[in-house]
Amino acid sequence: MSLIMELEFIWFTIFVALATGYAILDGFDLGVGMLHLLSKKDEERRLMLNSIGPVWDGNEVWLVTAGGALFAGFPIVYAVLCSAFYVPVMILLTGLIFRAVAIEVRSKRPMAWWRWTWDILFSFASFVIAFALGIAIGNLIRGIPLDADKEFSGDLFCLVHPYAVMIGILTVSLFLMHGAIYILMKTEGELHDKMRRWTNPTIIFFIVFYATATMATLIYMPHMTDAIKERPIFFVLAVMDMLVIANIPREINLGRDGRAFASSCLNIIFLMMLYAVGSYPNVVRAINDPDGLSLTIYNAASSQKTLEILLLIALIGIPMVLAYTTAIYWIFRGKVKLDSSSY
Amino acid sequence: MDVEILARVQFALTIMFHYIYPPLSIGLGLILVIIEAIYLKTKNPFYLNMAKFWAKVFALTFALGVATGIVMEFEFGTNWSTYSRYVGDVFGSALAAEGVFAFFLESGFLAILLFGWDRVGPKMHFFSTLMVCLGAHFSAIWIIVANSWMQTPAGFHVVGEGVFARAEITDFWAMVFNPSSVNRLVHAVIGAWLAGAFMVISVSSYYLLKRRHIDFAKSSLKIGLTVALVSCVLQGISGDSSAKVVAVHQPAKLAALEGVFHTSTNVPLALFGIVNTKEQRLDYSISIPGLLSFLTWGDFSSEIKGLDQVPRADWPNVAIVFQTYHLMIAMWAIMLTLSLLAFYMWYRGSLFTNKWVLRALVFSVFCPQIANQAGWVSAEMGRYPWIVYGLLRISEGLSKVVTANQVLGSLIMFTFLYFLLFIVFLYLLNEKFKHGPDDVSFDATPYHHLNIYGEETKK
Repeated sequence: MSLIMELEFIWFTIFVALATGYAILDGFDLGVGMLHLLSKKDEERRLMLNSIGPVWDGNEVWLVTAGGALFAGFPIVYAVLCSAFYVPVMILLTGLIFRAVAIEVRSKRPMAWWRWTWDILFSFASFVIAFALGIAIGNLIRGIPLDADKEFSGDLFCLVHPYAVMIGILTVSLFLMHGAIYILMKTEGELHDKMRRWTNPTIIFFIVFYATATMATLIYMPHMTDAIKERPIFFVLAVMDMLVIANIPREINLGRDGRAFASSCLNIIFLMMLYAVGSYPNVVRAINDPDGLSLTIYNAASSQKTLEILLLIALIGIPMVLAYTTAIYWIFRGKVKLDSSSY
Repeated sequence: MDVEILARVQFALTIMFHYIYPPLSIGLGLILVIIEAIYLKTKNPFYLNMAKFWAKVFALTFALGVATGIVMEFEFGTNWSTYSRYVGDVFGSALAAEGVFAFFLESGFLAILLFGWDRVGPKMHFFSTLMVCLGAHFSAIWIIVANSWMQTPAGFHVVGEGVFARAEITDFWAMVFNPSSVNRLVHAVIGAWLAGAFMVISVSSYYLLKRRHIDFAKSSLKIGLTVALVSCVLQGISGDSSAKVVAVHQPAKLAALEGVFHTSTNVPLALFGIVNTKEQRLDYSISIPGLLSFLTWGDFSSEIKGLDQVPRADWPNVAIVFQTYHLMIAMWAIMLTLSLLAFYMWYRGSLFTNKWVLRALVFSVFCPQIANQAGWVSAEMGRYPWIVYGLLRISEGLSKVVTANQVLGSLIMFTFLYFLLFIVFLYLLNEKFKHGPDDVSFDATPYHHLNIYGEETKK
């Protein structure tokens, strides 16, 4: 009870919720982006692009707000992560710039070279964003070297550890699957049939890396399982996650694309919960001295006063955001069609 | 090279490039609201068409604003992580509020503004445009609150020692309404209205010169000019009150802005001049006696503090601060003159045919852009050597673990990338303007169709 009343815990939960929202929403944008080059006809590419057209921008805001929430609630974590992951953050930013610009300008000119250039940039940028985010999560699970001043004491090469790379690929495969199911839900006719054939490989790709990453985590990152050992109730999360993953191909085979997509969303929620439960109370684990130097939600948080203000901002703002975001998705529901205002 | 210089150059480059776009979004957002309001009132599809054209221009500026803005958010952490630790408690809450209250609103309703023409009714569409415009203005609020807090910090106390020292909020509203935030917010928002208004004025004048889309251009020009003139007048008032706040809270900055080296009474206002930092005077200057004292304190004989009040090592770069500040004012004077002249000719009925005035108006689009950039350069360089005025020095705010090579590498990357983006932006804008608005076809416009349908069913 007391834990739930602590502002640090509440604000950490809000941060994880924002990050989960980002992974669910921009996850399918990135998946669609990575699959973009698989369709060869211009009309199909425009359909894919316009399936995310009205919403991708709002989806990216979840990342911006999660970043703001981290800066506000846990400034030391924000400062350490951004400066430690300097090169990956720059790569991520380059990816985000190219993705945004490519979506916006791609269909503005009719020339084939113009569209191809932006198509390639769009697809590649989507991959880079997903991969860079995965690498960051992988490093957070594994931990990074920190010194007594709470500063990063490693170098770039310690960030491209095989485990982090594997989590990077897992993220790519997760978003590929998520995006494929999203297009399935939003398209009809020829493109829909084509996408059905692509969906199964993406599911298999994800499950292979999910199984590998789970094994690797159990063997090499045993600290992630401590919380589950202490409170076996959390094992339910792992079981639920496996059940929703198993449900995805089932729904696809039954032709229920919407339910498959819902299962894919739940999968992302459970994965993020497992990550949060496993790493809690650490936000940045110090690999050189996990018990002494790690940045926890307590030693890296803002003052109680600020956390109170932030909670108030979140309580007023987030219900409004959810309300109009839902309304906007409702307005743009149904299969995507091209018209004069499309990209 | 020195990591401090590189980090400052990188921040300057990325923020200045970013700041081309948000003012356009804020200004065009306001103009879109006006156009759609006229459409709702008149139900004339001509205005719908006009709104659709400017919405496409808005979309392009918005996309570049988002793409370059996300860099800014993370740059605080990458290059200025000690600063982020120090101010996170204060600065972070403004940034989080910006995400929750401004960005979601703006980007969410943007979907309806750009893609919802056929999906929602005219009133709902107008509401969405209004929300996008409001969101754009909200985003200005929070970031300027945060920036103003760096100029005139308030509502905080410092806790901790050495590397763990940081500012913590004691009074949220004192932080939000710190001495300079309201003035600076108003000043920046009006600057943004000017950017949008002169964009519309410039394109409309171009069409009038080329004798194309005449009706569209005339109506757009009238709306643009009205917004421009009102903004110019308001900007004069806002600039005056902003400078007065600077005089009270950042005397060294005012001294640099106005080129005052020696504290004295009855200080003249320099209209222009060349700063001679070595001899500590202005060369070739033309000044109005006593006017600076009068403008600042309302009394010709009052005292203005000069740069001699601060140690030489803590002087901002007086030449740059002075010149950019005066450039901003010169641009404002040009905009005011142009809009007054254009209004007079509109009243006389000769505006739409006078080639010379139209030519001047075509180029006027650069004035607010130069004024906005120059104004920010003087405001931020005038803060030197402080990153948070009087609390934290710029040199103390850097990331300790980031090397000069990393900053240089990313600086080269951003320079190249932004150069490319700018070319793409200008190219597409030019194509859009060459193509012009689509012709009004009365039955093809969905709203009008809805209206006709509505009127028919009423019968």
